[in-house]
Amino acid sequence: MSKKAFLSANEAAAYGVKLSRPHVVSAYPITPQTTLVEKLAEFLANGEADFKYMMVESEHSAMASALGASMMGARTFTATSSQGLLYMCEMLSYVSGARFPIVMVNANRSIATPWNIFGDQRDSMAMRDSGWIMLFVESGQEALDTVIQAYRIAEDPEVMTPVMVNIDGFTLTHTYDMVEIPGQEEVDSFLPPYKTTNKMDMKNPKTLCMSVGPDFHTEGRFLQQKAFEAAKSKIVSVNEEYAKLTGRSYGGMIEEYRCDDAEVVLVAVGSVAGTVRVVVDEMREAGKEVGLIKLRSFRPFPKEYFESVRDKFKAVGTIDRSISFGFDGTVFSEVKSAMYGSKAKMANYIVGLGGRDIPKQQIELMYNKLFGIASGKNEAEVQFLGMRWE
Amino acid sequence: MNKPKWNKDYKAPSSWDEMFFGASNGVGILPSPNSGFRTLHPEIDSKACIKCMMCWVFCPEGCIDKSGDHLEVDMDYCKGCGICAAECTKKCIKMVKDGETE
Ligand code: SF4
Ligand code: SF4
Repeated sequence: MSKKAFLSANEAAAYGVKLSRPHVVSAYPITPQTTLVEKLAEFLANGEADFKYMMVESEHSAMASALGASMMGARTFTATSSQGLLYMCEMLSYVSGARFPIVMVNANRSIATPWNIFGDQRDSMAMRDSGWIMLFVESGQEALDTVIQAYRIAEDPEVMTPVMVNIDGFTLTHTYDMVEIPGQEEVDSFLPPYKTTNKMDMKNPKTLCMSVGPDFHTEGRFLQQKAFEAAKSKIVSVNEEYAKLTGRSYGGMIEEYRCDDAEVVLVAVGSVAGTVRVVVDEMREAGKEVGLIKLRSFRPFPKEYFESVRDKFKAVGTIDRSISFGFDGTVFSEVKSAMYGSKAKMANYIVGLGGRDIPKQQIELMYNKLFGIASGKNEAEVQFLGMRWE
Repeated sequence: MNKPKWNKDYKAPSSWDEMFFGASNGVGILPSPNSGFRTLHPEIDSKACIKCMMCWVFCPEGCIDKSGDHLEVDMDYCKGCGICAAECTKKCIKMVKDGETE
């Protein structure tokens, strides 16, 4: 039976982990780690969960030991944030290249220097090409549900790719909301035990994490790309199946909100999508035709979707909480390239860096700017909004 | 020489169906010899050798075989670093240009 509780997104995600019945959780417990792993330790101490908890000396070791556990055929979880994710970077491609379906939660927080522990998405976006599926959530409820879905996606035989579930630091990880916790039997019916042949097996010995020279390397990377293509439909079908079970749907790779007759839309990733929703409702009330495209899956990127809406809107703005210095906001460059050939006007708004709030007024300003460029006004394509000094 | 045998039955994948998964493959498959980048190779003067095993301990490739009557170097894996020669107690290992011999 499901029950309701007042939880932070960290705690909600921890419930998602517990319900997924991992065999092993490995974590480095010190800064910038979040309360998620504390909650998991609490479950274990209370006898509410039954997994092997590996406390290690760094995030690099956390991912290395998660890899080791996954090589034994164990369902494995770890969590990190910010500098911790960067420190883990080397191990991320070990896991993805060897195709071990580890699920990790990353609390999106800025990266040093200057030192800043607050939220933005520069940490995960820097890991774009690590070979991990990257999902972003909007709420604590979605964090819980997405962790469970992530195991289904990661462990799918056609996918077999690790998944990073991204939860915006502080805005979600440290704020509380009512969350519905599904019953264990419900989750068990949705997520069967992990079975694989890609593991250490004394009866059928294997070389694991071997080296592969130029002769076969390209073929392996081609198969990884194919797995990401397969993941596109799995992310959608797993979400649909989950919706049947719980009544909660997140659209799959993207969710359109009031886009049908929209003239201008904003693409948003993570918690800011929640604020955008409210602004869309308010502006719609005032007769403005605005919509939201919530991007839930950054890798794989829903290229086909953006191709399909190439001629649908007059202007498309992308909100970025990260920037690829010397080019555009990280998400914007993907949106723009996926919409190549579109006549829609495009704009990129860089906001919410290092924990700065993204107020409703700022989003309203974005929509008004989009209406402006849609009707022919000239503006810089990439803009930092809400700066102290214009 | 007591060295791991190449798995003669091993066939490299010849189609997508046979392609190995991730970074996992069967066992008994030796990695390709890495002697290709060697320019010098060690030659041991077995008469002078006192079997102190210093060379065997220090060889970073572990390619000095001690199972026979005298020491032998596995030339498939010796990378020619010369550490054995530098460490040899009796200075009875000479580094010789590949293709030449003492
Ligand atoms: S040259 Fe280097 S690799 Fe070769 S046997 Fe001597 S120590 Fe080993
Ligand atoms: S170090 Fe020199 S003397 Fe000692 S075992 Fe090796 S070759 Fe012989």
